[in-house]
Amino acid sequence: MTARIVRRLFATVAVMAVVAFVVFSLLYLTPGDPAAVIAGDIATDEDIRRIHERLGLDEPFLVRFGGWLWALLHGDLGTSIFTNLPVTQLIAQRVEPTVSLTLSTLVVAILIAVPLGVLAAAKAGTWLDRTVMSFSVLGFSVPVFVIAYALILSFAVELDWLPVQGYSNLHDGLWEWLRHLILPSIALGTVYVALIARMTRASMLDVLAQDYIRTASAKGLAPNQVLIRHALKNAAIPVITIIGMGVALLISGAIVTETVFALPGIGRLTVDAILRRDYPIIQGVILIFSAVYVLVNLAVDLSYVFFDPRIRY
Amino acid sequence: MSNRISRSHFLTAAIALLALASTLGSPVALAQGQKVLKFIPQADLRILDPITTTAYITRNHGYMIYDTLFATDAKFQVQPQMVDKYDVSKDGVTYTFTLRDGLKFHDGQPVRSADCIASVERWAKRDALGQKLAEATESWKAVNDKTFTLKLKRPFPLTLEALAKPSSNVPFIMPERIAKTDASTNITEAIGSGPFKFVKEEWVPGSKVVYVKNTDYVPRKESSSWAAGGKVVKVDRVEWIYIPDAATAAAALNAGEVDWWEQLPPDLIPVLQKNKDIKVENIDPLGSMGMIRFNFLYPPFNNPKMREALLYAVDQNDYVLGIAGDPKNGRTCYSYFTCGTPLSSEVGAEPMKGKRDLEKAKQLIKESGYKGEKVVIIDATDQPIVHSQSLLTADVLKKLGVNVEVQAGDWGTLITRRTSKEPLDRGGWSIFHTWLVGPDLTTPAVNFAVRGTGQKGWFGWPEDVKTEELREKWFEATDAASSKKAAEAVQARAFEFVPYVPTAQFILPTAYRTNLSGVIIAPITLMWNVEKR
Repeated sequence: MTARIVRRLFATVAVMAVVAFVVFSLLYLTPGDPAAVIAGDIATDEDIRRIHERLGLDEPFLVRFGGWLWALLHGDLGTSIFTNLPVTQLIAQRVEPTVSLTLSTLVVAILIAVPLGVLAAAKAGTWLDRTVMSFSVLGFSVPVFVIAYALILSFAVELDWLPVQGYSNLHDGLWEWLRHLILPSIALGTVYVALIARMTRASMLDVLAQDYIRTASAKGLAPNQVLIRHALKNAAIPVITIIGMGVALLISGAIVTETVFALPGIGRLTVDAILRRDYPIIQGVILIFSAVYVLVNLAVDLSYVFFDPRIRY
Repeated sequence: MSNRISRSHFLTAAIALLALASTLGSPVALAQGQKVLKFIPQADLRILDPITTTAYITRNHGYMIYDTLFATDAKFQVQPQMVDKYDVSKDGVTYTFTLRDGLKFHDGQPVRSADCIASVERWAKRDALGQKLAEATESWKAVNDKTFTLKLKRPFPLTLEALAKPSSNVPFIMPERIAKTDASTNITEAIGSGPFKFVKEEWVPGSKVVYVKNTDYVPRKESSSWAAGGKVVKVDRVEWIYIPDAATAAAALNAGEVDWWEQLPPDLIPVLQKNKDIKVENIDPLGSMGMIRFNFLYPPFNNPKMREALLYAVDQNDYVLGIAGDPKNGRTCYSYFTCGTPLSSEVGAEPMKGKRDLEKAKQLIKESGYKGEKVVIIDATDQPIVHSQSLLTADVLKKLGVNVEVQAGDWGTLITRRTSKEPLDRGGWSIFHTWLVGPDLTTPAVNFAVRGTGQKGWFGWPEDVKTEELREKWFEATDAASSKKAAEAVQARAFEFVPYVPTAQFILPTAYRTNLSGVIIAPITLMWNVEKR
C-alpha cells in the first residue's frame, strides 16, 4: 500500500506540472494587463509601459514561464503584483477560513444528507421519500447566493441570531468561530446535501434489494440494525466517492459563499486576483486547488478499505 | 508491520487536521473599551503607494497615514498643514517653508526638510501638476531640518495649489529613505506622519485594513475643513472591512456590524433609509463626473462633426438617472470643470443644453461622411457607472442611425483594451466610459481628459494644439479673474473639439450609523474628527 501511495503522490506532481503549464498558458493568452490596473484610471501609455517593464511582463512566454517554474521548484510561488506580498503569505492568511468553511460544510452535509438518504430509501415510495427527493431537487436548483441572502435576511438581519458577514479565527474562541460558519455552511451545504442524499438513497436501494439483507431481516435483526450496520456500510462506497468528487463542487461553491458572506478565504482571493489579473496569485491558488483535489481523491480511494475489508492496496 | 489502514489512522488524521486548523491565524486582542470604527470602503486597498497609482482607495489610505505640507479647504483656499509658516519672495521665485514643531514619523523619527524635499520630488515625477511645478523648479534646498526653500526658474502661480492638491496624486510626505524609491516602483513600507498608523501585520488584502490612532500626532489648532485644519482622531482604531457584495454590505450596516459604508449603490438607498439608526447623506460636495471618451485614431470619431453630433443628442438627465438612480443624487453639469467649483461655467455649452436636437445631430453625422462603419463601445458590466453609461450611449447612437455594438467585459479587460491603438478588427475600440471625482476636474491643470497631447496623452489620444496653447495661457494667469477667463477659453475650445462628452454630475451617498458624529463634508473620505458613541 505504501508503494501505491508513493506512486499516487508522484502522479500528483505530474498532474500539477500539467496544470501549471496549462494555467500559465491560459493566463498568457487571456486579455487583461495588470500594469493597466496598477496604473489606475488616470494613466498614460507611458505610465503603463514603465510598469510593464518593471514587472517583466514584456518578456517572452518561455522566459516568464521558466522563471516562474524555477522559483516554484524552490518553493517560491512569487509575489503579488499589486500588494507586493508573497503569494504563500497571502494563501496562508486565507487557508483557515476556507478549510473551516469546507470542513463545516462537509460535516453539516453528511450529518443531514446521509440520514435523509437512508430514511428515503427505507421508506421508498412514501410521502417521506417524496419529500426528501423534492428537497433534493430544490437544493440542486436554488443557487447558493439566493440561499445565502435568504439566510442572512432571516437569521442575521431579522432575528439577529448570527453575524451577517466576516470570519472569526478559531484562536479567538470556538463559539465565535462556529457562529460565523453556521450560515455559510448551510448555504454552501444545501446543494451538497441534495447530492449526497440522492446518492445515499440510490445506493441504499440497491443494497436493500440484496439477498443478505433479506436474510438479516429473516434472522430477526431489528430494522435499524439492518439499515445501519448492514445496509449503510455496504452502500457507503459510492457515497464516499461522490463526497470526494464533490470537493470540486465545494471549491467552486466556496467562491460564491465567501463573496456573499465576506469570508476572507482562498475563493475570494482567487476571484479578486482574476479580476485584477494578479497572475502569481492565480497560478499559485490553482496549483494548490489541483493538489488538494488530487489528494482528496487519494484519501477517498484509501478510505475504501475502511468500509470494505475486501479492498486491499 | 501491517500496511493496512485502520480506523485509528483515520481518527488520528482527523484530530491532526483540527489541531492544524486551530493553530493557523493570528489572533489580535483588543484592549477593553477601545473605540473601533468599522468602515466599508468603496474598493479594496491593494497598492500602498499613493504615488505610483492614482487609485482613489490608495489616495484615501494616504490621507489616513500621511500628512501634507499644504491642504485645500472647503472654500478652495490653500492652507498650511505640516508647514507652520512660509514666505514668498517679492519676485515670486523663492519660497521658504518652515515645518511645525513636533512632527514625527510613525517609526519615531522627526520629519525633516530632507524628507519633504524627497517626497515632493518623487511626487513631481508622476503627477501632471507636479510635473508642471518641476518644469518651473530650479532647486529645492534644505536650510536646516525644519526649514527648506524652493527656488523657481520663473514665477509659477500654482505652486501652493500644487502642494495642496487634494486628489490623486497627492503630495504626501514620507521619510526620505522611502521617498528615494524610484517613482515607478511601489513602496512597501507604509510609514507617514499622519493621524493614523497602518498596522501591516493585520492587513489582509481583499478583506481588511487596520489603522490605529497615532498618539504622537500633533493636530493643528484650526477646525477641520476638507483636508485642511486640525486632524483630531477620536477613535482608537479603524478597520476597513471590504465587503464586495452590496447586499451583504447593506445587511451588515443594518445589523450594526459595521458603522459606516462609504458609497451606496443607488438601488440600496431606499433600503437603508428605512432604518432609523442609519443616516444616508451626501457628504461629497463635488460629486463625480461621467464621460464618453472617443478613440481619435480611427473613424468615425476622428471626425469632429461626429463628436459634435453627440453634444446635440446626449441628454444628461438620462445619465443622471442611469448612474445615480434618483435625480436627488445627481444633476446636469454642462461644464468641463467640476460644477460648483470656481472655474466651472457654461461657456460654449449651448449644444448640450435644452431640448435634444436629434435632427441636428443626424445632420452633423451626415456632414461627417459617416458610411455606417461599426462603432464599438467597450463596456465593463462589473462597474455599474460604466455599464449604465454604455447602454445609454448605445441607445443614443442607435437613434442616430449609427451602427453600434456594445462589447461587454469586466473592468480589468476594459482598462487593458482601451490601451490598444489597433483598429476595430484587431481588438480596438471606438468609445469607452468612465468617471472621475470632482477634485480631478476642477482646473485645466488637473483635468487631463480635456488635453490634446495626442499619442502621449490619455487613452483616446486626441491631438489639439489649440487646447494645449490655451492651457499654457491658463497657467500664466496671476489672479482669479484672469484664471477664470483663461479657463473659459479652454472650455470653449473643448466644446468645439469635444475631447469627451460630460454625461452627468452625480453623488454616491454615504451611510453611517447614527452613533457616529463629526463626519467631514469633503470630496474625499476623511476619518479624523469622527466620533463613535
